[in-house]
Amino acid sequence: MRAGPLLEIRDLSTHYVSSRGTRVVRAVDQVSLRINAGETLGIVGESGSGKSTLALTILRVLPPAARIVSGEMLFEGEDLVQKSDAEMQHVRGKRIAMILQDPMASLNPLFTIGDQVAEPIRVHEGAGRATAWRRARELLRAVRIPSPETRVTQYPHEMSGGMRQRIVGAIGISCEPRLLIADEPTTSLDLTIQAQYLNLLRELQRAHGLALIFITHNLGIVAKMCDQLAVMYAGRVVESGPVSRIFNAPAHPYTEALLNSIPRMSDSAQRLTAIEGQPPDLAALPRGCSFAPRCVRAFDRCHVETPPEFALGGGRTARCWLADRPRIEAA
Amino acid sequence: MTIQTEAIALPPRSPSRYASLRLGDFPLIPALILGGVAFVAIFANLLAPHNPEIGSLAARFRPPFWETGGSAKYLLGTDQLGRDVLSRLIFGARVSMVVGFTAVIFAGTVGTTLGIISGYLGGWVDQVVMRITDTWLALPPLMFAIFLAAIVGPSMWNIVIILGLVYWTRYARVIRGEVLSLKEREFVRLAIVAGCSKWTIMYRHILPNVVNSAIVLGTLMLGVVIITEASLSFLGVGVPPPEPAWGLMLSDGKQSLMVGRWWLSVLPGLCIMLMVLSANLLGDWLRVKLDPQLRQL
Amino acid sequence: MKQYIGKRVGYCLLSLFLLSVTIFFFVRVTGDPATLLVEPGASQADMDAIRHQFGLDQPLWVQYGIFMASLAHGDLGQSFYYRTPVLELYLSRLPNSLYLAVVAMAFSLAIGIPSGVLASVRVGRFWDNAGKMFTLLGLSLPSFWVGLVLILVFSVYLGWLPSSGAGTPLHLIMPAFALGWYFAAAHMRLTRSSMLEVLGSEYVKLARLKGLPQSLVIAKHAFKNALIPVLTLAGINLVIMVNATVVVEYVFAWPGIGRLLFEGVTFRDFPVVQGVVLMGGAMIVIVNMVVDILYAVIDPRIRLES
Repeated sequence: MRAGPLLEIRDLSTHYVSSRGTRVVRAVDQVSLRINAGETLGIVGESGSGKSTLALTILRVLPPAARIVSGEMLFEGEDLVQKSDAEMQHVRGKRIAMILQDPMASLNPLFTIGDQVAEPIRVHEGAGRATAWRRARELLRAVRIPSPETRVTQYPHEMSGGMRQRIVGAIGISCEPRLLIADEPTTSLDLTIQAQYLNLLRELQRAHGLALIFITHNLGIVAKMCDQLAVMYAGRVVESGPVSRIFNAPAHPYTEALLNSIPRMSDSAQRLTAIEGQPPDLAALPRGCSFAPRCVRAFDRCHVETPPEFALGGGRTARCWLADRPRIEAA
Repeated sequence: MTIQTEAIALPPRSPSRYASLRLGDFPLIPALILGGVAFVAIFANLLAPHNPEIGSLAARFRPPFWETGGSAKYLLGTDQLGRDVLSRLIFGARVSMVVGFTAVIFAGTVGTTLGIISGYLGGWVDQVVMRITDTWLALPPLMFAIFLAAIVGPSMWNIVIILGLVYWTRYARVIRGEVLSLKEREFVRLAIVAGCSKWTIMYRHILPNVVNSAIVLGTLMLGVVIITEASLSFLGVGVPPPEPAWGLMLSDGKQSLMVGRWWLSVLPGLCIMLMVLSANLLGDWLRVKLDPQLRQL
Repeated sequence: MKQYIGKRVGYCLLSLFLLSVTIFFFVRVTGDPATLLVEPGASQADMDAIRHQFGLDQPLWVQYGIFMASLAHGDLGQSFYYRTPVLELYLSRLPNSLYLAVVAMAFSLAIGIPSGVLASVRVGRFWDNAGKMFTLLGLSLPSFWVGLVLILVFSVYLGWLPSSGAGTPLHLIMPAFALGWYFAAAHMRLTRSSMLEVLGSEYVKLARLKGLPQSLVIAKHAFKNALIPVLTLAGINLVIMVNATVVVEYVFAWPGIGRLLFEGVTFRDFPVVQGVVLMGGAMIVIVNMVVDILYAVIDPRIRLES
């Protein structure tokens, strides 16, 4: 058992630069995270908060306009930022795998399921066709796809959405990675299937000792699945720490607002609380804290100086001036 | 050339880097070229040093002035009848411009009108127009044009009408597609609810919104039409002699090619190429400028 | 699937019908069809005989009936110049044009597809820009000019290639190049944009995320998907090419249907002109239908949609 976190990200920044160099979008800005082996880390944020870019950055699958501007990503001690593309190719799919949101779009319509599941096994482990296809059938069984023998020769469009997403999951675990990144895997699925899929993911995680980074905008899923949580806003991590503690006592006003906006069955006469305003333009961030314009607790300093990340003890951090006081955290 | 029309069915490309190397974005050189050709066409009488239709047999096959045997009198040489090439090129510009623009406008007007009517009214009108359009689109343009020319006989205006008949279908298809999606838009529904007649809606609401596409399509078609007209002249069924047309000059020059009298073929060809190239570049720029969402062009 | 094929065949037949109506319409309704359908220099008696044969004094729909009846028998009329049935003449020349078109198409794909792929993989850099220039030139230069320049360079100045006729593979090179040039540009352009679209797709992203080497991602996942629209276009273009050979065949004196059309016009041999145009249109309509059906066969999504 290796000591230290499985993946440690320090001060990572990924910027998109327009072709003429005029517009710089700070999609990911000074992000620091860590995840240990076997843990589940949830990353929560609105669309445009930078969560997907963060995921793509980890695997270095960014579009040409994006650049990693600073920071390091230490995976099992190796800095992924420094690796060449050829070296990363051995990491992707094999040591770190990723599941995307839309299973219909993720699978190539012209190739069979078997081919697509067997592919990473053939590439990473040099397995022959027969072996790889046998493993593919086993994997389909592991993700609870009925009659894998027939399914294996079928095409993606012949499956339901839920099945496709399981297949994508099967592809993800096919080479026994240490870390699986799931980018909103249940968002395109029917509600009834979502729960099943989440259970499946948890099972796979336990069975294979996987660490899981779960990207979502749904706090309910976070509560159910995750040990640790990182809340992102406008490209930055505004709060992080163990899920239960954050839910009990959020340190950042944004987290608080998110938690408040979940309608509860018990509040009969309550109005839906939304957060006022819009997320900022990532190419033109306001001075000071990027949440300040929408924050109910903002004061003068918030609009002028960008808050750094404050360690709050108990494994928690918050990027907020309100945290800049000694606080004694009750467990 | 006939198959230029495939350009319509293809996905768009971004304007070539080349073209945007001008005043920010405007393709200056192509515009100047087209403007220059237009200028030359209008003022042909003043600009041409010689009569394009009458030559002196004593001065046959003179090469351009920079070659041995050439002179400043016939800057770009003479052809087999001793006619000055430069003057013929200048008057040829007139033919290309007139035929090109008129045919494009004619095809555009007919095609856009039918496209709007067919797209908006729908029903059997739409079916009839679309079937005809599809069928005419299946006819190879050059062959169809030759066929029509064989029937009605060549003359400048006949050629214009023929080209219009051959190419209106390109417009009809595209415009109809746009109208179909425009029909669903709010402002059209509002107009219907407000009680406007069909014709009013088509004229005041639909038409202005498709004009952009029609114009862009027009610039793209200009190149196609010019090449088709040149092809027709080249084959001898275009604008009849002695009116100088670039295609005709190319055809005349073909015989002399084998004995190395390159200027009789290369120069008219160059003119055609420059004009078509300019029209295409301008069309590309216009397309992106007028509406970056004109994806189907 | 059967329904799909049935619909396609139906459209095809409808289009063929409309095609015949169009051709018929133009001949009979403009001017005096008798002069067209009769040899140049015929006597009044001949003209009367022709009037009777084609029923030119009968109502239009009767004339159309006569017209369709002879079409159904494969009778496209008789060439004045060659004194043989037009259909026979056409079919004897068609293989030459097909041959030329196939070679030109092969050339256009051999140049167009790889350069399109290269341009898409190296967007914005040298190959892409070179490709854009090539596209521009290809789509703007008329084929006959390309042909003439080729003759100038390779026959007149260098003396390497014969400038006219058919017979040896050497005769084939320049006409195929002149014909294929435009299509090479069109295919390159479509390949490039199709590749770019596919390269931006989610499944290509997943393929990269699986850790597949870039070459495999491009060659296997991107290429096959990107090729679909290109091949569709190529199929349609092949037939268009066969009918677009008029000018190239004239320039290079290639004995195909394009040249036949030209001869028909020059010798005022109207049945030939009518026949070539009719066959050309019919060919395109039929091939469009075949391509549509083939498309369904190749793409499993459509095939299994029944």
